[in-house]
Parts: sequence; structure tokens; C-alpha cells
Amino acid sequence: MKQLEKETDPKILQALLNSRNDYTLDDALENEMVLNMGPQHPATHGVLRLLLRLDGERIIGCVPELGYLHRGYEKMAENMSYYEYIPHTDRLDYISPMANNVAYVLAVEKLAGIEAPKRAQYIRMLIAELARIASHLVALGSFAMDVGALTVFLWTLREREKILDVWDILCGARFTNSYTRIGGVANDAQPEALAKAKWFIEQFEPYLAEVEQLLNTNRIFIERIDGVGAISKEDAIDLGFCGPNLRACGVEFDLRRNVPYLCYNEMDFNIPTYTEGDCLARYFLRIDECRESAKIVKQILDKIPQGPVQANIPKKVLPHKDEVYSKMEELIHDFMIVNFGINPPVGEIYHAIEGSKGELGFYLVSKGDGKPWKSKIRSPSFNNIQSLPKLVIGHLISDVVAIIGSIDPIMGEADK
Amino acid sequence: MDLKTLIPQKLKEEFPSTEFEVSEYRDELTIKFEKKIIVDVCSFLKSDVDLEFVWCSDITAIDWATRKNRFTVVYNIFSMKHNFRLRLKCDVDESDCSIDTVSSVWQAANWQERETYDMYGIKFKNHPDLRRMYMPEEFEYHPLRKDFPLMGIPGSLPLPKK
Repeated sequence: MKQLEKETDPKILQALLNSRNDYTLDDALENEMVLNMGPQHPATHGVLRLLLRLDGERIIGCVPELGYLHRGYEKMAENMSYYEYIPHTDRLDYISPMANNVAYVLAVEKLAGIEAPKRAQYIRMLIAELARIASHLVALGSFAMDVGALTVFLWTLREREKILDVWDILCGARFTNSYTRIGGVANDAQPEALAKAKWFIEQFEPYLAEVEQLLNTNRIFIERIDGVGAISKEDAIDLGFCGPNLRACGVEFDLRRNVPYLCYNEMDFNIPTYTEGDCLARYFLRIDECRESAKIVKQILDKIPQGPVQANIPKKVLPHKDEVYSKMEELIHDFMIVNFGINPPVGEIYHAIEGSKGELGFYLVSKGDGKPWKSKIRSPSFNNIQSLPKLVIGHLISDVVAIIGSIDPIMGEADK
Repeated sequence: MDLKTLIPQKLKEEFPSTEFEVSEYRDELTIKFEKKIIVDVCSFLKSDVDLEFVWCSDITAIDWATRKNRFTVVYNIFSMKHNFRLRLKCDVDESDCSIDTVSSVWQAANWQERETYDMYGIKFKNHPDLRRMYMPEEFEYHPLRKDFPLMGIPGSLPLPKK
């Protein structure tokens, strides 16, 4: 305890102690102790640090500490143009970079009053849904690994690898894609990429069923997470719990349905919900969401229209490089956009999409020049981690790992 | 009735002595008012049966650098009943850099206000646990203020204690 007092910030220690005042640090015969978990703990999914107060093996207090991956992306956004910031959105939720790209360009387009062509919107939906599947596969795999079922991790990552291959054909990068552009996407989706996506979706469902079978018949896995980390519907809404975690509490809330963006209102899909709000419900919900996303991807591949993938607004949308090198007008516009930015009108917007972890929003304030005056990222993981103390209190210390795995936080996004 | 006219009207009825500045941009409604009634307005918007703004998406602030009221605290809230997004804004001056906390209304506001405090130095009065969110406690500056340099301040982040 002395060691902890020395190493830990007094204010953090105080916050930990405030949850119960009758506790003294000197009383060695008390069964309570403070345990530091993370930031280097492999099961905290990154650099999340938890301070746990234990009574025996039961948790009676929990204080999460964030900021170990704080890179100041909001400050950086204020000092670079709207175009320059797109690659940085990859590094927020690094498991589904495509969804972040889509969220950011949609916010900028709303601010600048641009609408992308239909084909670009379909491609964006396609990559956002593939990103959701990839993200949920990693979430399922690492969650199962956290509670001891190691095989599943290898199976789900094998599937995710195929999605990364689709992205590789689509934009030449597997992880940090930066594929979307303001007013469209970087390049048209090649037939090979669409064919690969189609192939992936067709063979994906039997594999998912296998994964499900492997886990659902695993009694240790089910008993380990059944009834653990439950939260009520009201608390979940109040705490800002979002995305799949919120839907596992029985709230049928999905921005794709409630506030449709892109062309989601043309798609036919269900919003799976569970009422228990525990780890098991969150696990079932992610499996179901993968299926729904696969359904959406199938529809997109069937319906994707032909046409341009960039809006024809020369002063706001970067021209293609071929045109820059061969045409004078395009060269001038390219020079102006790169050097002075797209100058959206004075105003402010908030735009959110249903990212793979929940409501991913961007709040942008423009003063009419090339850089945003203010850019705020509403990250779903940040709000999900906020509910963590509520979820873990009363459970065993081994359950903490399961609960963190089930809410699927990504620290790149939570710390910005 | 349309929510864009209903909300300002309801607020005017509930708070007759306050001026509400209503604006709309890109189909998003923004309401600006003085900071001392923020908790009352928020709890009214949350509890009113016709509105039910139960979802607090985001709380942040804007630093206007040279303006008289230097900061604006921004609340992005959402009504799940109507699928309607609303933005509330309150000006905060640097001389009295504080505003009442709304964490009693939405628990989600707890960390969002802590983050705003960390980044802008705006104190949230009666906040249950107002500590820095990302930066270490010893850090003296507030990084998202416009007078904080982009490259940071050398020596401002101390190495961990041995």
C-alpha cells in the first residue's frame, strides 16, 4: 500500500477512497486492498488502467484512468486542413478505420454542403459495414480469448484477414486506409474488389455459424459470462452506453435506422436487441450484428449503381491526379484546395454515424477558413468505458477481464 | 407541432424571464442562453414528457480566443423519442471560468465535463469528481486553449517519479 501511495497520484487515490469513507490504509487486517490493473495488462485492450478496490476477490470500487494514448487529435485538427485530417481519423478506432473515414467526411460534407454521388455513398456503406464485421470479429475473438477460449481468436482473425484483403484491393492499404475523400471516395471500386467482397460474404456465414457453435457449446465460456456485468436499460441510456452494448440492454436504438444517413433507408435489415444487458447478451448481439451487416453488404453489392464516385464541385473536391497533370483548371483547383483548404461557410454541425462501437460523431465549427476552428470527436469507447465502474462492482476480479472484453473499448478512440 | 418551434416555445413558457437565442444551421437547432439556468433547462428538457432528451451525446467547449465571452460550452443532446438532435450553448467568460455541472441530470456528462475541464480549464461547479481526464494532474496548462502552442510547452510534462 505504501508503494501504491508513492506511485499513485494523491488525487486518484483520494477518488478511490471516496467511494467508501470508513476505510483506512493502515489497517492491515482488513480484507480490502487496492489493485492496479494496467496500463500494460494484455486483457485491457490497449492502455486502459483500472484501479480496483477489492474485498477479498470481490470488487467494491473501480476508477478507470485514461490518457495513456492521448495524442491530441482535436488540437491537431484545428491546425490542419479538412483534407489533411482524413488519415488521422484512421488512428482513432484502429480496428475499423474505414468507418472513421466515412464518419469524418460525412461531417465535413454536411458542414460544406456537399453531397457525394450515389455510387460513392454505396461504396461508403459497403466499407462501413465491412468495417463493422471486421471490428466485431476482433471483438468476439479477443473477448473469447480473454475468458480462455483461445481458438476462436484465430478463427475470427482469419475471417477478418479476408476483409483486409478486400480493402487492400480497394485502396491499396490494409489497416490505415484513408479511402474516403470529401465529396466521394479516392477511387472507384474495382470489379475485383466487389467480387472479392461478394465471395467473402458468401463464405462468411458458414464460418460464423462454426464460430458460434464453438462458443455456444462451450459450457465454460457461457457460464463464465452469463449474468456478468449486467446493466439496466435506464442506467445504460443515462450513462451514454452506446452501440451494440446499448442494444444488448434492450434499447432498440441504431443511428442507421433512427437518423438515417447515406442510403441506409434503402436497405432492409433488422436491429437485433437483447434485454439482459450482460456479457452474454453483448456476445450474442455482436454475432447477430455480423449477420445483419452481411445482409446489408449483399444488398449493396446487388444494388450498387454505376456513375461517378466524386462530386463535381471543383472548388471543394480534389480532382483526380490524372486530370491535375493534364488540365490547367484542375491544376489551379488542386493548388488552391491543397494550399488554402475548402473554406466551408461559417457555421457548426454535429454529425454522427453508427460506428462499429457506437455513436461516432464529429462536431465541427467553421469560421469560414481552410481549417476547422474547433473539431470535437464524440468517441463511443470513451462513453462505454465510463460505465465500467457500474458494471464491475460486485463481481469477481476475473470477471473484470470478461467485462472489458465484452464492452470492446478501443483506447485509440477513447484517448483521442 | 414541429419540434423546431415547439422546443423554443416550451422553453419560453417555462423560463419567461430568460432570453433564448434560437438559430438553425444545416437543419440543426441551436439554443443559446445564459449559463446560470443550465441545470434547470437540462432537467426540464430531459423530464418533459413531450421532449424527453434522455441521451447526452457530447459536451465540449469552444475557445473563441479574442472574444469578450471567451468560451462557449456546447451540449449536444438527443431525444430518442423524436430522433431529434438539439444543441445548447452557454457563454462562459474567462474572469468567471465556471458553469454548473449537469452530471446530476445525465450521468454521461460526468466524464464529458471532466474532459472539457482538462482541455479548456472550465470549472464545473458541484461536479462529483472533477479531475483531469487525459493529462496528468500536475500539468498546469489546458491544451485545447488557443494560446497553448501546437508543439506543446517544453518541460511541462514531468517524467514519472522514481
